[in-house]
Amino acid sequence: MSKLTLIIRREFLAKVRNKSFIVMTFLSPLLFVGIGVFVGFLSTMKPEVKTIAVHDETGNYFKLLKNSDEYHYTDFSLIDVKTLKDSIISEAYEGLLLIPKKANPDSLAKSIDYISNDSPDFDIISDLEKTIGQSITQQKYASNGLDTLKIKELKSMVAINIKKASGEKSIQGLNWIKTIAGGAFGYLIMMFIVLYGNMVMRSVIEEKTSRIIEVIISSVKPFQLMMGKIIGTSLAGILQFLIWALLGLSAMFILSSVFGVQVGATGAQSQQAMEMASKNMSNVQLYFQEIWNLPIATLLVSFMLYFIGGYFLYSSFYAAIGAAVDNETDSQQFLLPIILPLILGVYIGFFTVINDPHGTIATVFSMIPLTSPIVMMMRIPFGVPLWQIVISLVLLFGTFILVVWFASKIYRVGILMYGKKPSWKELYKWSKF
Amino acid sequence: MEFNYLFMNNILEVKNVVKTYGDFTALNEVSLTIPKGSIYGLLGPNGAGKTSLIRIINQITLPDSGEILLDGEKLNLNHIQNIGYMPEERGLYKTMKVGEQCLYLAQLKGLSKLDATKELKYWFERLEIQGWWNKKIQELSKGMAQKIQFVVTVLHKPKLLILDEPFSGFDPVNANLIKDEIIELNKQGTSVIFSTHRMESVEEMCDHIALIHKSNKLIEGKLSDVKKEYRTNTYEVGILTDNVEGLMFDLTQKFTLSQTDFKSLNDELKLAINLGNATPNELLNTLVQRGQVTHFVEKIPSVNDIFIKTVTE
Repeated sequence: MSKLTLIIRREFLAKVRNKSFIVMTFLSPLLFVGIGVFVGFLSTMKPEVKTIAVHDETGNYFKLLKNSDEYHYTDFSLIDVKTLKDSIISEAYEGLLLIPKKANPDSLAKSIDYISNDSPDFDIISDLEKTIGQSITQQKYASNGLDTLKIKELKSMVAINIKKASGEKSIQGLNWIKTIAGGAFGYLIMMFIVLYGNMVMRSVIEEKTSRIIEVIISSVKPFQLMMGKIIGTSLAGILQFLIWALLGLSAMFILSSVFGVQVGATGAQSQQAMEMASKNMSNVQLYFQEIWNLPIATLLVSFMLYFIGGYFLYSSFYAAIGAAVDNETDSQQFLLPIILPLILGVYIGFFTVINDPHGTIATVFSMIPLTSPIVMMMRIPFGVPLWQIVISLVLLFGTFILVVWFASKIYRVGILMYGKKPSWKELYKWSKF
Repeated sequence: MEFNYLFMNNILEVKNVVKTYGDFTALNEVSLTIPKGSIYGLLGPNGAGKTSLIRIINQITLPDSGEILLDGEKLNLNHIQNIGYMPEERGLYKTMKVGEQCLYLAQLKGLSKLDATKELKYWFERLEIQGWWNKKIQELSKGMAQKIQFVVTVLHKPKLLILDEPFSGFDPVNANLIKDEIIELNKQGTSVIFSTHRMESVEEMCDHIALIHKSNKLIEGKLSDVKKEYRTNTYEVGILTDNVEGLMFDLTQKFTLSQTDFKSLNDELKLAINLGNATPNELLNTLVQRGQVTHFVEKIPSVNDIFIKTVTE
């Protein structure tokens, strides 16, 4: 075995045998599912019922207010306003709706008050505005001699049918699935880079603090050690990702068969058959169909490539930083500039890519090597031309080679330096030794 | 012919090695010749340049200029397996098991897994530490870990052993054990470079020494030759006499006197006498006329004396 292979093997085994790796790999998917279930459970819980006191001097509107799960209305039109206001202050009721008596519907529309201690829920206010507004409008129709029933009858509702060029039926919210898939992959890649980059850094620091470093580099070149460490750790990352992908895919298969979606039907069958199939599908089935329609193979392969490229790029920085410092606390000042482009990538992904996946900003940042792994992964579910992926990958791996060359120079000097917290200037000086 | 003869008998030759870090010169045209089979003491105060030199020999760093020959061959990557190096700043992976770790480090030195296992068994039996194979380093005491460190250093049977402060961290029993192992390896033909501040171990073990100070080599040679060079022609004398004043009068006329102390059963007068240009016999003649001589020994400079004298000058 060559020395590099020996180092890769050791680093890989050291990571994989670690208890936290095993726990992370098998527990975190469970944790994700658990959190999902928990959030779902929370949203189904009935909220506490809040009572709104209504003082309706006209007597026309209270009967229009319908109790909901969250809000109940109580008629207090006979009690004077001042007492009601006091009871609001003493928090007996959530809020007080005051509808004064006005001759003119237009002046009434402007003089309705809602009084509460806390700023009110936006939804309840717009509900009230809608209900009362509709009623006032109808009154005005009537007073102007318009037939309200006729108007109701003539009102037409438009629902645009969303279809794909391929002719499949689609429903609103499918873009949403692409967004989630893109977001998840982009976020995952950032998480992997930070997580595994940190592992590289910690492992470099460990070799420094345990003082084994000089023993090792009397046998191998520092560059070999650094590369072996980076590669070995990345293999552990890839293994973890493969396990997750396998778990995810099998979960998808199981869920799909539960909902009765034909897996793989889309690619193989004729357009007509697909159209026939999709006509009979429920929305849930359509969602699943759409998930299977995502370029899953492209996503997985490009995840690997961008993870390797992005991770190699960033972990060379991490390795250089690990070599430069004596302990993890000292690494903070150097880590910030590394984390920043990653955060930038995620922000651009969530704010720009989702609105305009093929716009200039999204395209440019999916080319710049420091952000491309995240931004491009978020774009891929929306369909990215191959040439863009190729250019961005070439740029990424080209930059990686430059950065490794630079980082290895700092690493080489840093691993033998003890007891000194270097400045940026010194790091630059080291690179020239 | 003679050059060739010498050439073949040096395990290591360092020729005019220069190493600078920015503006700082760590080694200034340093040349050393380390004979095959010797135990060679590399001495010098902290920051003299010893570690820089040792790192260059181990190919951890490259010299700016100069040449190094190992066993007559220009130093190259194949030589890594001919050198065993125990750095001053040393350690092992704390969470790795002893056996696995030793195998890994031996394989990095170029040993096959099979050979490494065989050698490891030999050493574990020899040091009676067979039970440690599956223990993690963090479960061992510091002294136990140091033993493992020594095994790792010598496992691949290097021709040249470079030990930087080898006894630091060892208790006296283990230090002695390791010292005996080093001497045994030396007897079997391993050359040893020994960098230390503990002068008594240099005195005890080394046959050659070199002293580096402020990036320059100041002294090099056989220990006995160096000592001869640094002898001051001073003798320690013990004498029983009734007439101390007369004796002192005679002595101060010819020699320089100073006080000294040595172990003795008699209650004699103890003196250190610098002979200047006179011979020992002249001193003896003066002494025997005044009393009974109980002690007469040339004062040999210790390595410690030489070290301090050279460095403070």
